[in-house]
Order: sequence, then C-alpha cells, then structure tokens
Amino acid sequence: MRVDLEVNGVRRSLDGVREGESLLHLLRERVGLPGSKNACEQGECGSCTVYLDETAVCACLVAAGQAQDSRVVTVEGLADGAELHPVQRAFVEAGAVQCGFCTPGLVVTVHDLLARTSDPGEAEIREALAGNLCRCTGYEKIFDAVRLAAGEAR
Amino acid sequence: MTVAPARPVAVRDGVGDSARRPDAVAKVRGEFAFSSDLGHDRMVWGATVRSPHAHARVLGVDASAALALPGVHLVLTAGDVPGVNRYGLERRDQPVLAEDLVRYIGEAVAVVAADDPELARRAAALVRVDYAELPALTDPELALSGGGPVLHEDGNLVRHLRIRRGAMPAAADIVVVTGEYEVGMQDQAFLGPESCLAVPDADDGVDLYCSTQWLHVDQDQLADCLGLPAEKVRLTLSGVGGAFGGREDLSVQAHACLLALRLGRPVKMSYGREESFVGHVHRHPARMRYEHGATRDGRLLYVKADILLDGGAYASTSAAVTGNAGCFAAGPYEVPAVEIDCRSVYTNNPPAGAMRGFGAVQVCFGHESQMDRLAAALGMDPVELRLRNAVDTGSVMATGQRVEGPAPVAELLRRVAGKPLPPPPGTDPRLLPGGMSNSTRAEGLLRGVGYGLSVKNICKSAGYDDFGTARVRVLARGGDVLAEVHTAAAEVGQGLVTVQAQIARTELGVERVTILPADTAVGDAGTSSASRQTWISGGAVRAACAAVRARLLERAAEVLGEGAEALRLESGQAVSELSGRAVPLVELLVTEIEETAVFRHRDTQPLDPETGQGDAHVAYAFAAHRAVVDVDPELGSVRVVEIACAQDVGKAINPAAVEGQMHGGIAQGLGLALMEEVKVRDGRILNPSFTDYLIPTTMDMPPTVLDILELPRADSPYGLTGVGEPPLLSAPAAVAAAIRDAVGAALDRIPVTPEAVAAAAVGR
Ligand code: FES
Ligand code: FES
Repeated sequence: MRVDLEVNGVRRSLDGVREGESLLHLLRERVGLPGSKNACEQGECGSCTVYLDETAVCACLVAAGQAQDSRVVTVEGLADGAELHPVQRAFVEAGAVQCGFCTPGLVVTVHDLLARTSDPGEAEIREALAGNLCRCTGYEKIFDAVRLAAGEAR
Repeated sequence: MTVAPARPVAVRDGVGDSARRPDAVAKVRGEFAFSSDLGHDRMVWGATVRSPHAHARVLGVDASAALALPGVHLVLTAGDVPGVNRYGLERRDQPVLAEDLVRYIGEAVAVVAADDPELARRAAALVRVDYAELPALTDPELALSGGGPVLHEDGNLVRHLRIRRGAMPAAADIVVVTGEYEVGMQDQAFLGPESCLAVPDADDGVDLYCSTQWLHVDQDQLADCLGLPAEKVRLTLSGVGGAFGGREDLSVQAHACLLALRLGRPVKMSYGREESFVGHVHRHPARMRYEHGATRDGRLLYVKADILLDGGAYASTSAAVTGNAGCFAAGPYEVPAVEIDCRSVYTNNPPAGAMRGFGAVQVCFGHESQMDRLAAALGMDPVELRLRNAVDTGSVMATGQRVEGPAPVAELLRRVAGKPLPPPPGTDPRLLPGGMSNSTRAEGLLRGVGYGLSVKNICKSAGYDDFGTARVRVLARGGDVLAEVHTAAAEVGQGLVTVQAQIARTELGVERVTILPADTAVGDAGTSSASRQTWISGGAVRAACAAVRARLLERAAEVLGEGAEALRLESGQAVSELSGRAVPLVELLVTEIEETAVFRHRDTQPLDPETGQGDAHVAYAFAAHRAVVDVDPELGSVRVVEIACAQDVGKAINPAAVEGQMHGGIAQGLGLALMEEVKVRDGRILNPSFTDYLIPTTMDMPPTVLDILELPRADSPYGLTGVGEPPLLSAPAAVAAAIRDAVGAALDRIPVTPEAVAAAAVGR
C-alpha cells in the first residue's frame, strides 16, 4: 500500500508499505530516519517515541497506515540545524547519555513533558518518564537533564 | 621559528575533569549509528532458525518451502560452515549451526537470507527441521550428581574450584549460622538489539560492523569458523547499545558473515527482543549453602560454602565465573579458615556467561545474608559485625592472597551507615509501595534498613596475559595540533571514548583529540569487561602518548638548544622549565609523529588446583551499600526509598562518568533484588519480553546517595581502579537485607517477590 505523510516537515509518499508494518519500521527503513530506536517493538521501552500529530506515541505500536496524512516529528526533527534543542543540550550537559540507545525516545518524551508543564515536580517527572526504559544510567542524570531543560525554558 | 616564553595553561577536559562525551551530540540528535541502524546497497537480511527443543537429535533440515518464497536467497546449515563449526570464549564447544544435536531451546540450527527482515523471518519459520527429542537435563543438582544424560564429551561438570585455607576450629563456644540461598537468572537487558552488517570484500574476505565487547576475540573465533585467515575478517565496532557482559559471546556475527560470503552480498542481522533473550548468555543462577562460625564477640572463625552455578548448554565463561564466585564467596572479610567448593555444570537450560559482577554478585547475596544472620545470632548490630571483620590493606583473602593497595572496606561501610536516613514515607502514592497502582495510603507500612559489602577483582585474573594496545598520532592540522587515538577497545556506553581523549589531552597538553573508530586494524585491546578498560586501554593510550611526547621533546630540545629533560608539554607547546622558553608544537610537527604502545598489568598466577590458593588477582575493588525500603506487608509490595553507595575508585578520571556507572550499577542491582528474573521451565524461557521481564523504571528507582573515595593505587595509571562493577555487587544484598529488616523474617532468594515478602510478613 501507499502511505502519504509529513515527516519532520517534509512530505513523503511511500509505496510498497506492507499491511501490518509499523510506523517505526517505515521511519527507520523507508524514510531513512533510524534515530527512533527499536529496543522492544512491543510498546514497553519508549525508545521509539515520536510525535504523531503533536501526541507523543510509541512508533512501534502505530501501524504505518494509521499515519496516513499525519504529521510526524522524530528526534531528528527537534534540533534547529546545528543548534541543539534545549532538551538535547540538557541531556549532553547533564551527562544523561551513556550508550544512548534510550536517548532519542527520552529526548522526545521530555520535550513533550516540558511542552505541557514548564515546572514538573519530582513525582511528575518520574511518572512522565515511566514508559521509557534506560538500562545504563539509573535515570538520575536524566532527571538532572529534565530539571536543567525546565530551568532553561523558564 | 618562534621561541616564546611559556604561558602556563592547564589543559581543559583532561584527566579528572567531567569532560562531556564526544558522541553525546550525535546520540541526542538521533544521528549516532548503532549496529542496528546500518544499511548498505544491495543488502539482504538474515534470520535464524532455532531449536524448539531443549535436547534433541537433528534428523534433517528441509529448506525447500522457505527457498520457494520469492525474495528468499539462501538457507545455510551446519554443513555450510567452511571452517571449524565451533566457537566459545573459554572452550570452543558451541556449534555456529547445530549439527546432529541441539542442547537448548533457541539454539541456532539454520540461517536464512531474504530481501527484507519480515520475509527472512517468515522463511525461517518455513524451514522444516526434523528432531528426535531426548530427555532434557534442566536441574543443575541432577547434572552434578550424574543422574541425567551426559551433554558434553568431558561430562557435565564445567569446573570445580576448591578453596581450602586454615584449619577448621574445634567446636567449643562457636556461634554457628547456616543458610541456603538462591539467585535467579538475570538478563543483561541491554536496549540495543544484537545486530551487525557483514560486507563481503573483493579479496574474498569480509568486513563486519558489529556490536561487541571485544573485537579481537570475535575475529579469532570468526576466522576459524569461516576458514579464513584473521586478516580477511576485519571488524569495526559500530554503535553499541549497552553490553553488561551480554556481548562477550558471538551472536549474529558468524551467521551474518557466513551468509554474506556465500551470497557475495552485504547481509544485515538484527534480533527482536524475544530472540535477544535466547540470543545471548545470562547471569548464572546460583544455589549456595553457607556455614559461618564466629566467636561470641563477633570474630569470624571460618566460612564453609558450597556453590552450584547452572552454566546451561555451553561453557561460555562459566569456568571464569566459577573462579570468581569461589574466590569471593567469603566476601571482604578476614576469615582464618575457609572451605569453599564452587561448581558449574552443563544443563539443557539457556547458556549462562558474563554479566556485570561476574560471579561476585551471586555470592555477595550469600555472604551478606549470612553476616546478617550471624549478627542476629550474636545479638550484634550488623554494621558492627561487618566492621569487626572487614579486610584492610595487608589482610589475607580466602585464596591466601594478601590485599595490596587501598582496601577501605570499613571506611566505605561507615560512610554509608553515617548518612542521614531519609524522611518517613510521604503521602504521594506514586512514591509508596505499589506505586502507580495506588494500593496503599501509607498506613501499616514497615520501614527497613539493610547493608551490603562487596569485593571483586579488577582486570583479568589467574595468569591470563591481559593487555591493551593503543596507537597515538599527532599532527599539525589547520594551524593547530591534533592528536588521534586509535584502539580496538569497545565503547559500549561506559564512556571509554571520553576517558581516552582525556588521557591524551593530559599527556600531550593538546586540546584537539579525535578517537578513531575501534577496529581490528590496530592491536588487541582486550575485552570491555572486568572493569578493566580504563586501566588497560587507558594505560596503553597513556604509554603511547608518553612515547609520542618523548619524540616531540627531542625535536623541541633541538630547536630550543636545551636538554629534553627540562622540557614539558603544555597547552600545545613544549616548554622549558629552566629557561621558561617555549616552542609551539605545530612547528615541531612538519612531519607527524605516531607511536604504538602495549600496556600490561603485572602478572597473576593460576590458583592451586587442590587448595585454591594463589595470587590470582591484580587488584580488588570494594563497595558498600545501604538500602532503605518501605514494605506493604499485606501485599508484599516494596518501595526502595533510597540507596546509598560508597566506592573507592582510586582516581576518578571522569567524575560524572563514575557517577553514571554507580547509578546504573545500583539500578541493575535493585532489579536483581526485586524484579529481574529470566523464568525458565523445562529449558524454556517463559518471559522473553520487556512486558514480562521487568527492569527498573523511573518509578522503581529511588534517589541515590553516592560517596566516591579516591585512594590512589600505586600500580595503575593515575592510581585509578575499575569502576563499572562494584556499584552493582552489594546492592541486591542490601535491598534484600532492608526488606528482612522491615518484615523481620528470612528471605533467602532473589529476586524477592511480593508473594515471598507477604508470606514472610505473615510468618513473622
Ligand atoms: S520499541 Fe517501541 S516501545 Fe520499545
Ligand atoms: S543510556 Fe543506555 S539505555 Fe539509556
């Protein structure tokens, strides 16, 4: 089948998409944007988090066909050219990145959290990030990054 | 040539600074290429056909239905392996593709190549393998007693380490405690799936881009399996999404190379999460019987331990894990007499091998549970009992080895014990036991505090020739000095690329440093495990820099007309300490300078086969944990309120990265304590997904309190010691102890389940 959508501001028409193919697969293998990660492909880890029409979703759980005519923003679409988004900068500065496999999904999730709440509290941060697994950092420096980015946004 | 007075400026982001990761920007942008992100023109995808049986004869493989699918190119079986169809880290006992026998559920039998990953998986499902099932041996006790089928030529015992030291005291006035403990099978659960890209080359060789912990050991095994000389199997490290021991063994590498070489096309392989659970080894499940004897005033007199590790179907690193579990079974304590038997066996369970902590984690739960039991029997404070017996510099370990270098075990424990306790539970249900399920309002919660002390070896042990290689090149580039560092050391997330660059900056006084991709074009770096890479590959980088520096100073001495002894490198110049004159390095680099160095730690000895005595370890590292928990006794749910960890790192080359290692290690320890277990029944993994195998989330992790000591060693670069493993070691023991403290009952198995907690709470 054919799927038309906008990804990071660029219109795309993709042919030969399989029934049952995920948006994640479409982004990674057809659009050529492997930034969204595939740690579980079962909706459990959040490494594939992208915006689908302004809502942060697990791209592995969205059928590619469901994204027809939608606007998708991936981690690759957050920076302004060479200029990192403040959330991305905060991850770098806080040392919130180790292997980095969880990072793209977390960057999008935190971007989404701070778009909704400029000054999230401790429990609120934890809850908002509960769907994103990280195996390396124990999350502490990721929380630091959230607070850093929130502070910068205010 | 300019000869100017020196301007003393310390180099930025050198040793001791929390330098940022060079790869962090690419990682936050989503532009960092993990092995699962690689692609190539004309690339096809590989998939694996795996055994559904724990133990069976393979009678035949029929690939016709798979090959009939349009877009399926090739199906390979054991007969297609051109070289030796065996691999393995300690013994080559595992077939690349099963021949006439499969020994575990998930063992690879055939590989398929097809146009896309979905098709490859479908084709793999269509490959028909005829099996004749055999009785499966899934109980390690039975394997040890010889009561089941014999799974390998040399029998089912992989290794038996006996440690005997001192004479067992006569029975008068000794307080004795015994216990039996169990540790479940933990998964490394790295997030990046096993994956690689194999590209056949015009010279009949293959270029492999993969995630691994040790490029050269992969290369050795692959060359033999593929029947190629090593130089025709060239490996380059691609982005590694975590490792934790689970990437020491081969997974996709040999299969992708086989397909690529046969097809003459690039082949990509990438496991899904479910396949990953059978695609790599796990932490050895352990059963441990302990007996401790002590004087009434709490001095340990003896320790007896009998430990059995389930090694699963193939050896992997079982022998070394057995060695470690045995060596550290008595913990970081002075014990005059020890009798330790540590064994590992083959079974038809999924293979076990390396995971962060490598045998020391399991026995830590055993010896620390015993220390608490002993403290209770003596009516003594558990911290006091530990302090009384903690090893120090000069103490003798169970293996008879004297502890050299800093051993601030008592100090580490005092530090965690002295931290203020967290406030009582609040009212936000999200931060109470049960978390978001909102199952308590904090009424009737029980709080507990528990401690753990741990020890583990750093670097390779027991006579292993452990070394690292580094090549460093300095050149003038755009009016500036650039240093390039090239090693084969695997960056797996721990931050090795950062510390390599920091070391080069400090040694050369140069700010611009590039870390070249790790590959087999440079000498062996050894493995990214055993908490060894900063020490070993860091040591190699430092040595190569020293050689480069010597040549730079020779050139500078000539220009300045002064002796090289009085010169040093600083801020891109060579500076004379005598005259204060300086010459910019760019001017000395009309031709570039390149040096390669190999770094080794001091020799170690194998343990005596009868007594288990010997100087087998280069260094010991220690950690102390304190865990505070709230328990809901009715539901058995546990909220870890806080974990404090104190660790001696010798020298923090990058303090932020040290903290990151500690946070991550604590999280994996909490996971093992409370939730992480690969459940295996009749050889089958019952929970191969992140839906059913739970790792700690942001809701599970408590705030941590870190205390980093820097007591320099005399025998390592900058005085450092390994950092990666200690913060995990005693975290599970401390969490379990805290739950026991809360409910006032014994808990002898980790992970501690809510059922076990509730039952213990009722029985108290
Ligand atoms: S890959 Fe989508 S949630 Fe894990
Ligand atoms: S940094 Fe490795 S999974 Fe988060």
